[in-house]
Order: sequence, then C-alpha cells, then structure tokens
Amino acid sequence: MTASAPSAVVVLTAAGQVLLVVLVLAAAHRPLGDHVARTLTSPRHLAVERAGYRLMRVDPDAEQRWSTYLLSLLGFSLASVVVLYALARLQSALPLSLGTAPFDPAGAWNTAVSFATNTNWQWYSGEQAAGHLLQMAGLTVQNFVSAAVGVAVMAALARGFARSGTDARVGNFWADLVRTTVRVLLPLAAVLALVLVAGGVVQNLLPHEAVTTLAGGTQEVLGGPVASQEAIKQLGTNGGGFFNANSAHPLENPTPWTNALQVVAMLLLPFALPRTFAVMVGDRRQGWAILATMSTLWLASVALLTWAELSGAGAVGRAAGAAMEGKEVRFGEAASALFAASTTMTSTGAVNAMHDSLTAPGGGVAMVGMLLGEVAPGGVGSGVYGLVVLAVVAVFLAGLMVGRTPEYLGKKLGREEITLVALVVLTMPAVVLVGTALSVVSGPGLAGLQEHGPHGLSEVLYAFASAGNNNGSAFAGLSSGTPYYDTLLGLAMLVGRFVPIALVLALAGRLASARRVPAGAGTLPTHSPLFVGLLVAVTLVVVGLTFVPALSLGPVVESLS
Amino acid sequence: MTAPAPLRPATAVPFLRQTWAGLRVLAVLTLVLGLAYPLAVTAAAQVLLPWQAHGSLLIADGARTTDRALAVGSAPVGQAFTGPQWFHPRPSAAGEGYDTRASGGSNLGPQNPDLVRQVQERRAQAAEQDGVDPGLVPPDAVTASGSGLDPDISPAWALQQVPRVARERGLPEREVRALVRRSTLGRDLGVLGEPRVNVLRLNLALRTMAS
Repeated sequence: MTASAPSAVVVLTAAGQVLLVVLVLAAAHRPLGDHVARTLTSPRHLAVERAGYRLMRVDPDAEQRWSTYLLSLLGFSLASVVVLYALARLQSALPLSLGTAPFDPAGAWNTAVSFATNTNWQWYSGEQAAGHLLQMAGLTVQNFVSAAVGVAVMAALARGFARSGTDARVGNFWADLVRTTVRVLLPLAAVLALVLVAGGVVQNLLPHEAVTTLAGGTQEVLGGPVASQEAIKQLGTNGGGFFNANSAHPLENPTPWTNALQVVAMLLLPFALPRTFAVMVGDRRQGWAILATMSTLWLASVALLTWAELSGAGAVGRAAGAAMEGKEVRFGEAASALFAASTTMTSTGAVNAMHDSLTAPGGGVAMVGMLLGEVAPGGVGSGVYGLVVLAVVAVFLAGLMVGRTPEYLGKKLGREEITLVALVVLTMPAVVLVGTALSVVSGPGLAGLQEHGPHGLSEVLYAFASAGNNNGSAFAGLSSGTPYYDTLLGLAMLVGRFVPIALVLALAGRLASARRVPAGAGTLPTHSPLFVGLLVAVTLVVVGLTFVPALSLGPVVESLS
Repeated sequence: MTAPAPLRPATAVPFLRQTWAGLRVLAVLTLVLGLAYPLAVTAAAQVLLPWQAHGSLLIADGARTTDRALAVGSAPVGQAFTGPQWFHPRPSAAGEGYDTRASGGSNLGPQNPDLVRQVQERRAQAAEQDGVDPGLVPPDAVTASGSGLDPDISPAWALQQVPRVARERGLPEREVRALVRRSTLGRDLGVLGEPRVNVLRLNLALRTMAS
C-alpha cells in the first residue's frame, strides 16, 4: 500500500475549515480586543468586583511599582500551587471524590505547578485519578486565573510603554486579575460551555457508572462537570483535559463543529489581544503589525502540518493508507492538523489527535510551534508579551545595522532593557535543552521512553518543549508519571513561566519610568510590512536556530528515514 | 458603596503578605469559578439540554433517555461490537478496547515496526472477514483512534461490512446498504471534519430492522 496524494476535495475542505475559523477570528478581533482594553483601563469597578475586593481585603486602586506587582503575582501563584497541591493530596477526603486515591507527592506537585503556570501538562488520567471537586474547585479555577495572570503581565507591559516618567508603576495586579476573570473570561466561558453541551459535551455531577452495552458487554457511562471546564480550557489556552484523551474524547469534543469551535476558542483571545495592547499603548497600527506577524507564522504552521498529515508519510501511514493512527474519524487528518498546529502555536496543549502518532514532519512542526516560544499567537497574554520582547530584539538588530540607539513605541532601549530582553529569550531554550540533555543521559530519564532511536529523543524533547513553554501537550508514549519526570518537568514549567514574567515586569517598570521620545527621521517604523518581515525572521532565526541541532537528531532524522 | 479597605503602602510589602493576600483572593475566586460557575452551568444545562448534559444516552430501541438504568450507552461514545452480525468499530487502544475508564490512543510513533505489523494483521483480518481485497480496506479499519472511544467509522468501511452483516442477519443487502447511507453524516457546514457513520446508532437501527 502507498498513501495516495490527497484529492482536490480533501484539500479544498481543509482550506475551507481554516477559512471559516479565520473569518470568525477576524470578526471578533476588534470588538473583543477593544473590550479587553476597556476592561483593563476603565477607572470604574463593577459592584460585584467591589464586593469581591472587600472580601479579599485588597485595594484595587493602589498603583503598584513593577516589583510589588510581581510580588503580588508570585504570591498569588504560590497560593495557587499550595492550594492545588493540598486539594490533590486530600482529594479522597473531599465530596464528589468518586473514590479516587490521593495524588502522590511528586504527582501533586507536578499537577499543581502545571495548572498554576497555564501549562496543564497531565501525567494522570482524568477519568481514573481525579474526582469532580478537584476538577471543579482546583483545576477549573486555575484554568481561569492562570490565563488572567498572562493578561495582567501583558497589561503591565503595555502601561510601561504608554506611561512616561512615572516611578515604575505599572497598574494593580489584583484589579487586572479580577477584571480579566469577571469581565472577559467568565462570560465567554459560560456561553461556550452551554453551546458545547448542546453539541454533546457532558455536564452533570454524576459518578461514572457501568451499563450493559447493546452487544451485551459492559461499559461505564461517564459523568462530570466537563463542559464548564472544557470551555475555559480552550479560552484560557490551558489545554488540560477532563478525560485522558482530552479533545479527542467524544464527550469533550463530540462533533466536527464543536471541534472547530474549540479551535476558535483557543485562538480567540490570543488573536484579539494585540488589538488590546495597541489600544493601550495608543497606536493601533502597532497592533496590526503584531497581528500580521502572528498570523503569518500560524498559517505557515497550519499549512505545513496539514500537508504532513494528508501526505500520510511514514511506515505506519503507508501501511494503513493514511495517517489515521491516533486520529478520530469525525475529524480526519485536516481538522486534526488544524487543531495540532493551533494548540502548539498557542500555549494550549489540548489535543484532538495523539501527537506521538503524528507523521514525523507533522510532529516536528508541532514541536517547532512550541519552540518558537509560543508567540504566534501564543498563550492568552503571554503571546503578546512574548512577541513584543522579540520585537524589541528586532529593533535592536535593526539599530545595530545603522548604528542608532533602538527605540520601540516611543521608548529608547538602552543596555539594561536589551539585557532583560536577551535573558527572556534565553530562558526557555536553556530549560528545554538542559532538561532534555539530562534526561537522555540519566537512567530514570531513559526509563520513560516508549520508542528508541530518533523518535525516543523526540518524545523527551517534546516533553521539555511543552513544559518549558507552558504548552502541556505531549508525545504521550513517554511514561512521564514518574517521580523523576514529575519533578523535573514541574521545575521546567515553573522556570519557563515565572522567569520570563519577572523579566518582562522589570522591563515594564523601566519603561514606565523612562520618558517618551518623539519619533524622529531615523526612527525605524515598526508598523510596516518590512518590520513584520523582520519580526518573522527574528522569531524564526533567534529562537528557532537554537534548536536546530536537537531537532535534526529527532524529527528531522525521522522524517528522512 | 462603602469605602474600600484601608490603603496599604504599595512598596516593599513582604512576599509572605502578598502570598496571604493571594490566598484570600484565591478563596473568593474559588467560590465563584470553582463552585458557582460550574454549578450554574450544570443547572442551566440540566434544564435546557437534559439529554446532552446526561451524556446523550440511548436505550435499546434507539430512543433518547436520561435514565442510566435503561441506557445501552452514550451516542457519542464508541462501544465494542465483535460478532459477525454487527457493524464493527475501529480498533481501540482504550484498555482492552472501548474502556471508558482508560481513554487514549496507542501513542505509537509513525515509524514504529510493531504498529506496522499490527496494521498489516488488521488489514488481513478485515479483508478475510468481509471477503474483500486487502488493498481495499480503508485506513480507519486498521488504525486505533486517539480516544480509543471513536464512535464513528468511515462510510467506506461501513459499506464494506454490509454484505457480511446482511448475510448474518438474513436481511436483503440492498436494505442494509440503504440503512448505511441513511446513517451517514456529511461534513458539518459542508467543510468541517469528515463524513462518518456512528456505529452504535447504525447497529441500533440494524437491530430494529431485523426484528
């Protein structure tokens, strides 16, 4: 058997579904981006928010310096990790536990960090290991707030550019967190959850229960508050499935149209927030440049992954006649590829097909999507601040060429700013490469591999790319539920999330205290197509090239064999 | 509205105090996002969409139910059918097959020699069962799905199974083929996903037709 070339119908429908998703995103971009900007800049609190602040006993009107903003963010995230760890360790004693056992310490640590960092890497199987209360009160909550934390950091950075000559004040973390949750994420999630139920996603508090099947066997009917978690899982670019099979599971993602909706949901805020950022810095053209950069890279990833999966490359694809291993019939290759590209280019990490069984070039594209730093469009909030960091690198490089001090959005970028940006850019590759290297030379690291040779390296590299970029998808053949991987991947998620956040907030503080400089004749315009091209190139070259040696030994060798 | 809590100095607040504040904020947000939100969605779903909210359960005559005691399964969840009188679902890597407590795929890589062997065996087996040329067996018949609970098969594979099922059930092939065509769903909105046949629904309709 050989895989035949995809027919015209297949290619056209593949393009059709991408077009449909793009149209919805394009329609939502401005109204949603403007709404988030209003949310983050409005001087007024909603009555429900004021009531909340009183209960929380925090002052939402105190302008925080960047360092206090960071401490609030870290304090909140530490509290999140501690509470989630406790819930996971104690879940057997909680109501609605369904008789589940407590998580072991390493597993609880991994899950707590994973959900608090917006990664949602899952070593456990939801339908076996997690009770309903842990899913609701623990995991669903972090799905919301970890996304709101990303938006908060983006807002602080935007204020850094917009403000001039302050004493490094960048907003109030508590207000940014609460408002993003209450005014943006919660309404979107509530609506999406009900639409998903209409499509067949389960929403109840019942336990799993055995019934007699039509052929006379037994199968358990599954229960749980799935739709409410599914909605925010995608909207917050989280990606942690209620069930082990994630969005491949028919009770999480029952139809092709719920699948398209989930793809839209994970791309919705990442593609709208460049508008928010641009409105906040007072220059909408800059938003278009960021959006154009993101769109270019995302579309390239979708196209490459769709081509790879439709080609059915590899020994298994050839034997089967198509790359359908690990894929659902209702989605097929094209909708699986669209999902895989979107989940790895954002920081979502949900899967509707098993990435370990993607074709070698397809799996490689998914990996590169994460290794680019998830900036196209990236996670909620983190995509924009990640790409702005790269834009600073781009103007710095352009400045070097003509011998001028670089400036971006009206702020001069001196040595300190460039140092901060360089450290952001270096953090993730360090985490990914050190973690991978350690695991392929150590006993407990190698013990987790399902496959040997290049695909084995791909499994480990994928895991650390996923953790270091807070993605959460996996080449699930890797047995990662061991103390070694739980601990090390937990560390990778922590460093990959909070070191860049600290550096970005420091940058925001420096920018907020700097004076605005008017654009002169020598200022590089950062809204032109030329700059978009430069930014795309910088993203690919600066970040991508770091990983060429590792990728060559993994997916590239595999694709050639 | 009363005045907000007294203003704290915004500088040099120790990390532990921020963590304590974080705990308070998280506690309030947990009440809203972790209890009120999922419970409100559950209540709304139970009222507006009770069948779907319960897991889209079907009883043996194909009708909808929300009562688990009567159900033979969830419409969107695949289940095992093995005898020659049934339409067969895809190979499943969920537990021993279609185990809803162990959803997932094989996670075997695109060059894995064991998987290639498995695919070849499944091809030979399906071809022999349905009396067709091995080269004609469609890809979904020889590969395991991502969830291990795939409810659907391709129309091509369903049609391939028609002669066997009709023979075993003593039904005219033409009628069973018509049933498969009636049970085939096209792409959503013309472009989303792939054409498919839900195996549980097909077998339910088949049983009704046979009785």
